[in-house]
Amino acid sequence: MTAENAIHAEFKGTIGKFSLDAGFTSPEKGVTALFGPSGCGKTTVLRCIAGLLRMSDGVCEIDGELWQGRDGTFLPTHKRPLGYVFQEASLFPHLSVRRNLLFGAPRRSDGALRQTIAFDEVVDLLGVTPLLDRSPRNLSGGERQRVAIGRALLSQPKLLLMDEPLSALDRATKNEILPFLERLRDRLSLPVVYITHDIAEVERLADQIVLMEKGHVLAAGPLADLQSDPSLPLAMARDAAVTLDGIVEAHDARYGLLTLSVPGGRFVAPALPAPIGEHRRIRVIAGDVSLAREPPGPSSILNIIPGRVASVRSVDSSEILAVVALGAGGSGARLLSRLTRKSWEQLDLAEGVNVYAQVKAVALGPGRGDFLE
Amino acid sequence: MEAFAHIWQPVVLTIELATITTLSLLVVATPLAWWLARSRAWWKEAVATVVSLPMVLPPTVLGFYLLIALGPSGPGGAVAGLWGARTLAFTFTGLVIGSIFASMPFVVQPIRNAFAAMGDRPLEVAATLRASPMRAFWMVALPLASPGLLTGAVMGFAHTVGEFGVILMIGGNIPGRTRVMSTAIFDYVETMQWREANILAGGMVVFAFAVILSMILIEKRVSRARA
Repeated sequence: MTAENAIHAEFKGTIGKFSLDAGFTSPEKGVTALFGPSGCGKTTVLRCIAGLLRMSDGVCEIDGELWQGRDGTFLPTHKRPLGYVFQEASLFPHLSVRRNLLFGAPRRSDGALRQTIAFDEVVDLLGVTPLLDRSPRNLSGGERQRVAIGRALLSQPKLLLMDEPLSALDRATKNEILPFLERLRDRLSLPVVYITHDIAEVERLADQIVLMEKGHVLAAGPLADLQSDPSLPLAMARDAAVTLDGIVEAHDARYGLLTLSVPGGRFVAPALPAPIGEHRRIRVIAGDVSLAREPPGPSSILNIIPGRVASVRSVDSSEILAVVALGAGGSGARLLSRLTRKSWEQLDLAEGVNVYAQVKAVALGPGRGDFLE
Repeated sequence: MEAFAHIWQPVVLTIELATITTLSLLVVATPLAWWLARSRAWWKEAVATVVSLPMVLPPTVLGFYLLIALGPSGPGGAVAGLWGARTLAFTFTGLVIGSIFASMPFVVQPIRNAFAAMGDRPLEVAATLRASPMRAFWMVALPLASPGLLTGAVMGFAHTVGEFGVILMIGGNIPGRTRVMSTAIFDYVETMQWREANILAGGMVVFAFAVILSMILIEKRVSRARA
């Protein structure tokens, strides 16, 4: 395996009536989301990577190290340098929060902690400092899950596996933990495989996505590529959106607007100030993107970006989904636009036609399209 | 004073026997319960059945086979030969061995249940945190099963104290060597020493009451702490 493919996993076999035949590779950094409906085999794949489950036919190579091979190699779980966050926090009830956190922390022969991921940093990042001497019994669901994440990180893993860590939590608690996960992704250069069936989590966290269905991998690749592929269910979904990686160019303090550049264009969105050059994700919902053939006259719409219709697919008898490549030559980032068939025909649109994609800045604002809050 | 020593001797012997039996049982029954709770071997339930047999067999049946096994022509005789004795029957060591078998099911069952109730998850978590199976057992499984271990120990102790038939079969009723409380009461009644019999029997009632009450209270506390 090359360095770009730090995670290489493929497993084949049957458990009862369920048959699994899934494989993917992922780069050494960033979050890879395993996404699909429940029962599609996501957890099975994750358990195979962890060695908690052994498929007779499987290969698992992490960062150049063979964990499972066709030659019969099979490292037991406790010899694999990984961190695993289960759906339920599964803290040890007989140990304090501090001792839970340190359970897997490697120690030198003199008893001192051996740490690349420092205790204080993790505790601070996850906001669990005030909980250290408490018993896990007295923690809320969100607090427990944060401790579980910290415990996994402090075992100094080379790979972090997360199995729907937020699915057992209510909406408010989810929103409390998501920013922690975003900070983790940005601060620690650790590959993460993240299982979810919630597209919102994928859009906020994932860099790569592996789409699964009935034990198979439907498609795998960078998130934006799969989001804008009309042959996949992601783009055809009612709430389809693309996630773009924007670089902060300017902040207009007077209006509270951030200017973000993406390949082939520039977006303006209401957001808190951010340092120039930082990365921010922008989520553009297909239903919020309208198309025009001519640059419109005075308009309240702040984002009007030239591009070209790259492909088109019919959703049903009344709606059309168009993929618009931004930039004059259509070489930039891709947006999805969901239109009525009526508009499509009235504007005489077709593949290859130059258009202006229009997105209200408000549609990218807090609580709506983006994660700039 | 003479009479008092007479009563006191079987009490001390009973406590000694129950303590040694309980400690031995924890050492033997814990790994056995672990295996019964976690193994996927098809024949494990057959093993579990053998372990449970003393619960339903008449003590005389169990005692009879133990007597043969401990006797001069059984394995017990061979072991006794190591220190020049002829048999383990009618010795304190024989009582310990017999009590271990007789009380085994009462210790294995609660420990097995405790291991089974915790499920795979805590051990999986421990493994993902680099804990070897040994470390996972000592640091996670045992502490989580501690209420079961406690119940098992109390049950084993109490059942050993209360065992009569097996003891009589393999130990006889030798004062100072194999006469425990249950057989002493039998002996006092046979010889019409009602006062002594009353003291011992009353003591056993108080003991049994205390054991059961404390078990109920412990269970209540544990389930409240776990909630």
